[in-house]
Amino acid sequence: MTTSINTLPLKDRLLSLFYENLPHIKGNATPAANRLREMALAAFERQGFPNPKMENWRFSDISQLLETDFAFDFSNQSRPFNIEKIFTCDVYDLDTFSVTLLNGWFVYKNAPLTRLSNGTIIGSLAKAMEVYPEIVDEYLGKAASAEKSGLVALNTAFIQDGLFIFVPEGVTVEKPIQLINIVDSQVPLLLQPRHMLIAEKGSNVTLVNCDHSLTHNVSFTNTVMEVFAHPEAIVDHYKIQNKGKNSALFTNTFFHLQKKSRVSSNIITLNGGFTRNNLHVTLQETETHADLNGLYLVDRNQHVDNQVFIDHAAQGCFSNQLFKGILDDQARAVFSGKIMVRREAQQTLAYQNNKNLLLTDEAKVNTQPHLEIYADDVKCSHGATVGQLDPEAMFYLRSRGISEKSARQLMMLAFADEVVQKISIEPLRQRIGSMVERRLKGELSICDQCVLHCNDKGPTTFNIDMSKI
Amino acid sequence: MEDKNNDILEEVTGSEYKYGFYTDVEMEQAPKGLTEDTIRFISAKKNEPEFMLDIRLKAFRHWQTLKEPRWAHVQYPPIDYQDIIYFSAPVKKPKLESLNEVDPELLETFEKLGIPLEEQKMLAGVAVDAVMDSVSVATTFRSTLAEKGVIFCSFSEAVREYPELIKKYMGTVVPYTDNFFAALNTAVFSDGSFVFIPKGVKCPLELSTYFRINAANTGQFERTLIVAEEGSYVSYMEGCTAPIRDENQLHAAIVEIIAHKDAEVKYSTVQNWWPGDKEGKGGVYNFVTKRGICEGENSKISWTQVETGSAITWKYPSLILRGDNSTGEFYSVAVTNNHQQADTGTKMIHLGKNTRSTIISKGISAGFSNNSYRGLVKTTRKAENARNFSQCDSLLLGDKCGAHTFPYIEVGNRSSIVEHEATTSKISEDQLFYCLQRGIDMESAIGLIVNGYAKEVLSKLPMEFAVEAQKLLSISLEGSVG
Repeated sequence: MTTSINTLPLKDRLLSLFYENLPHIKGNATPAANRLREMALAAFERQGFPNPKMENWRFSDISQLLETDFAFDFSNQSRPFNIEKIFTCDVYDLDTFSVTLLNGWFVYKNAPLTRLSNGTIIGSLAKAMEVYPEIVDEYLGKAASAEKSGLVALNTAFIQDGLFIFVPEGVTVEKPIQLINIVDSQVPLLLQPRHMLIAEKGSNVTLVNCDHSLTHNVSFTNTVMEVFAHPEAIVDHYKIQNKGKNSALFTNTFFHLQKKSRVSSNIITLNGGFTRNNLHVTLQETETHADLNGLYLVDRNQHVDNQVFIDHAAQGCFSNQLFKGILDDQARAVFSGKIMVRREAQQTLAYQNNKNLLLTDEAKVNTQPHLEIYADDVKCSHGATVGQLDPEAMFYLRSRGISEKSARQLMMLAFADEVVQKISIEPLRQRIGSMVERRLKGELSICDQCVLHCNDKGPTTFNIDMSKI
Repeated sequence: MEDKNNDILEEVTGSEYKYGFYTDVEMEQAPKGLTEDTIRFISAKKNEPEFMLDIRLKAFRHWQTLKEPRWAHVQYPPIDYQDIIYFSAPVKKPKLESLNEVDPELLETFEKLGIPLEEQKMLAGVAVDAVMDSVSVATTFRSTLAEKGVIFCSFSEAVREYPELIKKYMGTVVPYTDNFFAALNTAVFSDGSFVFIPKGVKCPLELSTYFRINAANTGQFERTLIVAEEGSYVSYMEGCTAPIRDENQLHAAIVEIIAHKDAEVKYSTVQNWWPGDKEGKGGVYNFVTKRGICEGENSKISWTQVETGSAITWKYPSLILRGDNSTGEFYSVAVTNNHQQADTGTKMIHLGKNTRSTIISKGISAGFSNNSYRGLVKTTRKAENARNFSQCDSLLLGDKCGAHTFPYIEVGNRSSIVEHEATTSKISEDQLFYCLQRGIDMESAIGLIVNGYAKEVLSKLPMEFAVEAQKLLSISLEGSVG
């Protein structure tokens, strides 16, 4: 059911839609999930949507977006759908367990929930709430607090579907799990997928999360993902974001780490109208390890905002952040990385680095590498740079007979490569490397993989203009 | 080792504030509280011209519409602005012909502080405009400065004698609408210093003002205005100590600096207000607005500060680099111990072409204190080829303190280069071990390492200050080790 009332402000509409559609929203959700949503709705009502007066939103204004007349899907649209026909993944030679979400709803290929021979469960969160209510209830909302973010509260109130992954103790999932989020709607759509990943003790899992849009319609995606890494678990998470110019993507990812667990997160933003990634990492127990990387290549009016909060709550933990970006045209990038080292978190090692290349005078960067430290036996550092390609390196390459254009591309590639090299899966690293290369050469547009052949020629001509560099 | 360290920590935290004493000087005070009448009283007491009263009243009316800001990383009980005496001046004779006429108790105070005026007079190259509470009581070396055309006097004197200059420059860098404390200061400011360096003059002396907060329950609202005309140079020093008192004292000063074409202003501060006792009781609230503007081409302003005192320090000496090729510098050492809190840093706003700025900040936290660096570097679209380098390091001594860094970087054009780096760590075990095995005791070793750590900033201070600053660092930190 698609519902739209266009007279009220979005916040009020959502509040009234919640009660109107409560039976649909509740569906077969667990009682605990339903209790959670009542509290979350109150939290959303109190906080509302973010505005630039909030410290974390000073540089990201979404007021215009909120004026859009959005539609909502409160039930899974069961129309005939063949994902391969309209979308082919760009990372095609990667052997993965592939699952697809269309407009926030799980796309049933075979069964909504698959249980592998090693005990791993992959599938729809809606279905998991019916089949494994005890697992869902144990974790749902435990890492993502609705109290501090209006968007997280909103998502929690409307929890319906998303990806559910459970990896049992000691299991290594051989193939990466690939989640493809597709937005395809003829009307502006607000969707709120909710994902959960539980990696039990000593398990090992890789998740590749691709965000795409198939239409040029305005969309508002408000995702919340909770990742629980039990002792000694290893979780690798990749996000590849390649969205249309009218899409607004908000991701809120919460990592909760227990003793000796390791988590890596890589966010590659290739295109997107408005992209905001909130990473919230809690190093709850000792000797945990978090590696967070990001790369954003934006041009035209694209806006990308990465917000990282690392909470060192226990002794002997390690965290590293590396975020790099190249900005062209009137693009805007915001980075805010905060490392919090609590009193008990002695022997902490925490590093943070944000580097930006500005290609035009209209592009803008705001970066805030913050440290808040209450323990003394720590080594923490942060750095931030904003600048241009090194003229001396340029001179060196030119003196070797390399054309200016090639030299620039080479240097930009080298700049981006530091992040790409952090990707540990070889085929994925190669694919993403080549996507980055094509993106920098202006060959990769958002319509690349799309077979809709729409008439809107808008975003297809797409080039980083080398003459401007 | 652990025990010994704890002993030393005890010893350091046990050391009392050296400059804590109270001078019993007859006072003339305004009644408690803040109303338009208080402001009229202050203005009348100071024989101010009409325009000054107008500014004060405007600022006061604006202040009434404002709310006290709370975003800084500091905590303190609410301030009752109606429970403060806004004006207190030592009762003085109409004019002071020589030092003999100065209240002997006052002179004694200065002697305890180690700055007897007689000696100061002889100390080559230093003129002292001593501010006891709110009114300047003695000014030296006026004649030497007058020869060069340099004006160095108390602010209230300047209001009376140079109203045109005051009208022209006051509030141009920090308007009363700037923030809550700037509005408050503009409404009730008691006194301060005014410096005017005429075109092409290199000020022959290093100008220096000693501030002291003296009477109980008086807020100190200083106002400093420095104007450097084309091609001039001045080095200005500000230093402060305050006596022990139980109630918190509010200090909300304003410093404004204007540097015209090719001018250079060097502003140095050693701040040692009373930090409160070991339990965090008492101490001065230091909420200061300091800002300079490099108005003309090739001008330069540098801030150097050593902050060891105050229960709460909340200040950001900032620079607006408007003139092309202008330069801004900020060097800071901030030490917090016991329950002190500091939220300090700088703002560098690049507006002109080829503007350059450097920020070096060293924070040292010990005891239960919290020390934050908060800074903004902004280059606008027109600030082509702007260049900034920022480095802020924090040193933690003890596991109950906090060190925080909140930089904000906003870059608005492609040709500027902005770099920021920061580290946080404790005192290096290796360095300590090296010193100890060379027979240097723990206390001296820590003093040595901390002084070495802060050297980069201390070396920027004028000679007289560098010595005092090193002593202050040692007093504040000797022996602290985590």
